Amino acid sequence: MTLADIKYGEKFIIEKINDKNTRMQALRFGIGEGSEIECAGRLPGGPVILKKNLQEIAIGRKMAEKISIKEKEKEIF
Amino acid sequence: MDQGSQINIDSNIEAEKKIVLAGNPNVGKSIFFNYLTGIYVSVSNYPGTTLDISSGRMGNYAVYDTPGVYGVGSINDEERVARDFIISADIIINVVDASHLERDLFLTQQLIDMDKRVIVALNMMDEAEKNNIEIDIKNLENKLGVPVVPTAAAKDRGLFELKEKIDSACRGNKIFSEDNKLNQLYKNVSTDTGSSPEAVMLLEEDESMVSKYGADYPKLREEIYTLRRKRVDMITAEIVSYNLTQNSFAASIAQYMVKPATGIPMLLALLFLIYQFIGVFVAQYVIEFTEGWFFMGYYEPFIRSVISSTLGLDNFIGNLLAGEFGVLTMSATYIFGLLMPLVAGFYLMLSILEDIGYLPRIAVLVDKFLQKIGLNGRAIIPMLLGFGCVTMATITTRLLGTNRERIIAIFLLGLAIPCSAQLGVIAGLIAKLDLFYVVVYVLTIFIIYVLAGTFLNKVLPGESSDLLIDLPPIRLPKILNVLKKTYQQTAAFVREAGPIFVLGAALITIMETTGFLNTVITFTSPLITDWLGLPAETTTAFIMGIIRRDFGAAGLTSISLTSDQITVSLITLTLFVPCIAAMMVMIKERSLKEAVYIWFGSWITAFITGGIVNLLIF
Repeated sequence: MTLADIKYGEKFIIEKINDKNTRMQALRFGIGEGSEIECAGRLPGGPVILKKNLQEIAIGRKMAEKISIKEKEKEIF
Repeated sequence: MDQGSQINIDSNIEAEKKIVLAGNPNVGKSIFFNYLTGIYVSVSNYPGTTLDISSGRMGNYAVYDTPGVYGVGSINDEERVARDFIISADIIINVVDASHLERDLFLTQQLIDMDKRVIVALNMMDEAEKNNIEIDIKNLENKLGVPVVPTAAAKDRGLFELKEKIDSACRGNKIFSEDNKLNQLYKNVSTDTGSSPEAVMLLEEDESMVSKYGADYPKLREEIYTLRRKRVDMITAEIVSYNLTQNSFAASIAQYMVKPATGIPMLLALLFLIYQFIGVFVAQYVIEFTEGWFFMGYYEPFIRSVISSTLGLDNFIGNLLAGEFGVLTMSATYIFGLLMPLVAGFYLMLSILEDIGYLPRIAVLVDKFLQKIGLNGRAIIPMLLGFGCVTMATITTRLLGTNRERIIAIFLLGLAIPCSAQLGVIAGLIAKLDLFYVVVYVLTIFIIYVLAGTFLNKVLPGESSDLLIDLPPIRLPKILNVLKKTYQQTAAFVREAGPIFVLGAALITIMETTGFLNTVITFTSPLITDWLGLPAETTTAFIMGIIRRDFGAAGLTSISLTSDQITVSLITLTLFVPCIAAMMVMIKERSLKEAVYIWFGSWITAFITGGIVNLLIF
């Protein structure tokens, strides 16, 4: 499963970022392999919005497809 | 306002020491800068960029404010400028947003790794408190090994404490110490370069360091970044506790902004407001005052009378200075009377949108559409700015990720985005026509924009970069910040584009005196009459469009044309070549070859489209 398949509100773990440049930039924003992320929005066919605590970043669709994720058990705060 | 003398500085320091403010974008650095330096501040352009650096004094220290960055490196102009200042700093005040520590501490750790004396201003503590974020400041200090001062700069909290503690800035705990092999390598490279900050940049594969010291050094960016990220995550996990409450009002607005169903109507409403401000208020009332009343009414007649009584107006030099396209007359009126108010209006709007945190959300909304033409959401910034001044927008394309995106954006700007000066005249002409013609005009331009973008996206080699953008929280704009940004960007416009407009005007006078302009008019005339079905007089309007795009459209007002003819000529003129200043910027930013391609490309597209519309609507 990749980041492009994620749905609004789902929580998941970043497994692998298959692009060096993206990996470097994501690391700066606080998102690395193994990070726990929540999907805070997605535009049909467009970018995915990720949320980690109060930090939000938007990732374009093609880039999202290069990021593989695994699901985290659903839990509610 | 003499705050500088309050701080205790060892009076033995003779040499001036540098304090550099560094931090992520939108963390409130400039408030610290203003507090520390007081009112005596100078702003200067950083060579080779459109960025300004503010500098001031605090006692024996020189204080510099740097552009906001997420890390030190060479990703964009901002980073390159920040990097140069950081490398040369004696003390770094690192401003971080307390609600975004996981993101901000990456830069903090990088500064510490670069062996700089650092003091951290843990800013926006008020927001963190509101969000129920608890931070163990003592422990954060221990982990980082540098002093941390909690502040809420916008509320004037903690600024004095920070200033008192600046001299306690020190070198912190580097990540290299966790790894023996890496530490040894870091030490060896530091000996080679004679500078620890440069050694870290070199190991992180920073372009400028690699070209300075050669490419034989180990490439460890990924390793270092990963290690740094792990350390920052570990620190934040230990010192920050989040008890996030329900979404605030601002957070729900932020949500609606990026949902298409609500976001697109919001965007359209906003564009309408921007149009009301720039297209109606600035373009009509302000311009009437600056261009019409001041420059045309007083300034130009004054210059002309001075020139005619000294050099005379009937010779080449007099003509060059104060003739129809005079450097002192037309250029000055055009740059300061017409374009500057419009560009300032645009930058004011953009700065407000940026300060609120809306701009990146627009980028998210339009990303899908822009992807189709080989750009990503970020390109919305030069595109919006193009409606102000294409010349300036062309320079702004530097923020795009790849060469390919820059070529596409620059071509589309030159081709299908009418600048504000032109838009004003177009609006005047089109207002006389039926709605049908307005629709034909707008639709044709839009279709050409999409087709040209799609075409370039297909034929240009390589791949465009994807969107990766930080979405800052939605906040109320800070007026001072907005005005400062507007001023800086407008000044950059005058500085960067001004000389080019002057050069363009000079070139046109030369072309006119040598008779070249007339040759072009005679040569292109058949194309205009036969293919576009327009009267021969319109040729002059078209040629004038080469000089200033609004000249072209303005030239049409004096010719009597049918509705069909007006529509065809407006479409052709809009798509027609970019103005001479935009052309020269293209040559400067890209190359002569590319600029010539773009020029002829626009020429051909304009005439083919105009001809087809002519055939279809007649």
